[in-house]
Amino acid sequence: MKHDKHGPPDSRAISRRAFIKGAGAIAATTGLIRTPPASADAAPDAQDGIVERIGPGAQTIELKINGEVKRVTVEPRVTLLRALRDHLNLTGTKLVCDRGACGACTVHLDGKPVTSCMVLALDARGHEITTIEGLLTPDRMSPLGAAFVEHDAAQCGFCTPGMMMSMAAALASNPKAQLEDVKRAVAGNICRCGTYPHVFAAALSVVRGGNRGES
Amino acid sequence: MNRFEVLTPADLAHAARLLARQGHVALAGGVDVIDLLKLGIIAPATLVNLKNLPELHGIEPGPRGLRLGALTKLHEVAEHPFIREHYTAVSDAAREAATPQIRNLATVGGNLLQRPRCWYFRHPDVNCLKKGGDRCYALTGLNRYHAILGGGPSFIVHPSNLAPALIALGASARIVGPSGERSVELEKFFTLPSVDPKRENDLKPGEVLVEVNLPPPPAGAKSAYLEAREKQSFDWPLVGAAAMVASDGASRTVRDARIVLCAVAPIPWRSPEAEKEIIGHPLDAERARAAGEACVRGAHPLADNAYKIAMTKVLARRTILKAAGIEEA
Repeated sequence: MKHDKHGPPDSRAISRRAFIKGAGAIAATTGLIRTPPASADAAPDAQDGIVERIGPGAQTIELKINGEVKRVTVEPRVTLLRALRDHLNLTGTKLVCDRGACGACTVHLDGKPVTSCMVLALDARGHEITTIEGLLTPDRMSPLGAAFVEHDAAQCGFCTPGMMMSMAAALASNPKAQLEDVKRAVAGNICRCGTYPHVFAAALSVVRGGNRGES
Repeated sequence: MNRFEVLTPADLAHAARLLARQGHVALAGGVDVIDLLKLGIIAPATLVNLKNLPELHGIEPGPRGLRLGALTKLHEVAEHPFIREHYTAVSDAAREAATPQIRNLATVGGNLLQRPRCWYFRHPDVNCLKKGGDRCYALTGLNRYHAILGGGPSFIVHPSNLAPALIALGASARIVGPSGERSVELEKFFTLPSVDPKRENDLKPGEVLVEVNLPPPPAGAKSAYLEAREKQSFDWPLVGAAAMVASDGASRTVRDARIVLCAVAPIPWRSPEAEKEIIGHPLDAERARAAGEACVRGAHPLADNAYKIAMTKVLARRTILKAAGIEEA
């Protein structure tokens, strides 16, 4: 099971995800062809008192994600969520409501959880962005991740990355969090399966140091 | 979302000049602007990024009160010890707003200037009165979250829960525009739909809400904010109430009070009728109950929101008692 999930993809098969990504890349390319090169617009416009003019066409910006500087070419209207998923292949951050209401797209900006669907990618410049991939991978479990597994804190799993990002930030700022604190921490993460009691138990087990040795 | 450019002005004067132009919209925390862009309710050619303007940043407590830069994040307001101690209602309102993730993005200015949550207004296909149409669909439509006070011709409720708390503590807003600056009492900043149904406040094209200033609370003043919602983890308030009560210690005689309601009217709704019920009297549960009743004396419920009348009475009473530090029997 585990190997099926994480094994190398069959090179002949085109997955749904790869197909969608390919289509997105074509659309993006078409957009670029119609747009004049943005570099001419990028010069500061001193006489107008404008220190930066960006867009409406795609421009290359730098984002510091999980400790690495990444370059991404996006229009100003592209959200951080879309930049992560569609341009940088970081699909652990989930798109659900796209309105800041469900928390599935939660990432950290400078250590604080935010809904990446309500942040323009260009506004994330200059901030330390952490996604779920930066927090843990199956090979590099965090104590909180291990506790989620141990306490069966995921059902369908779609809310789990966002839930974990919210909880990780809360535990980092308050390592002595109690039930009320961990409840408040995921107040902005909607789980329709109803995993909350297990999520709370997982977080509280980390507070109690129940996962020592899993660093 | 339409395509747009983002301009970052060098200073406040240039920001004001840019914002005076047609099709230019301010970008700060972005939470409401991005929502409105995604819905197609606004389609500006240009966003004017305000985040590098130093005048809009900072929380400054001092002997003359408190200055809150418009770009202050809601989580900073909620967690600030000085605000918690001296302006408790403001701290509580910020803590109750939205979700942890949104409080880390959303700003004081954005909270005050956000557009209404009315489902007709937010619906991309409904051209309601607020969007230049000819009617308020809430009047005969689904109106359980709409106004019971001050409604007509639009029946939205003002969505800010910070505004009632700030008004209860006497806040004013400093506004800079292309032709200078002005300071306006926050209470007078919001606009009823009977004046102009297309806007909720008095911010003119080109004007930037720079900061909110709070005077020192009156001697012996305490404040509180409470709200009732359908979902407890996070939700928009069904009804909210902010109260400032300044009273003499032993006699509990109220010298000064402000009661301001949230989510019952198209503007943050101050209730002088309720304040009159408690000012000059020793405060007890009975006085607080009378103030709660007074809050809704002029209420006109729509078909589905009469529940807000009972809810407002109770919430106003509880908030007044909480502010005064009186345990309910």
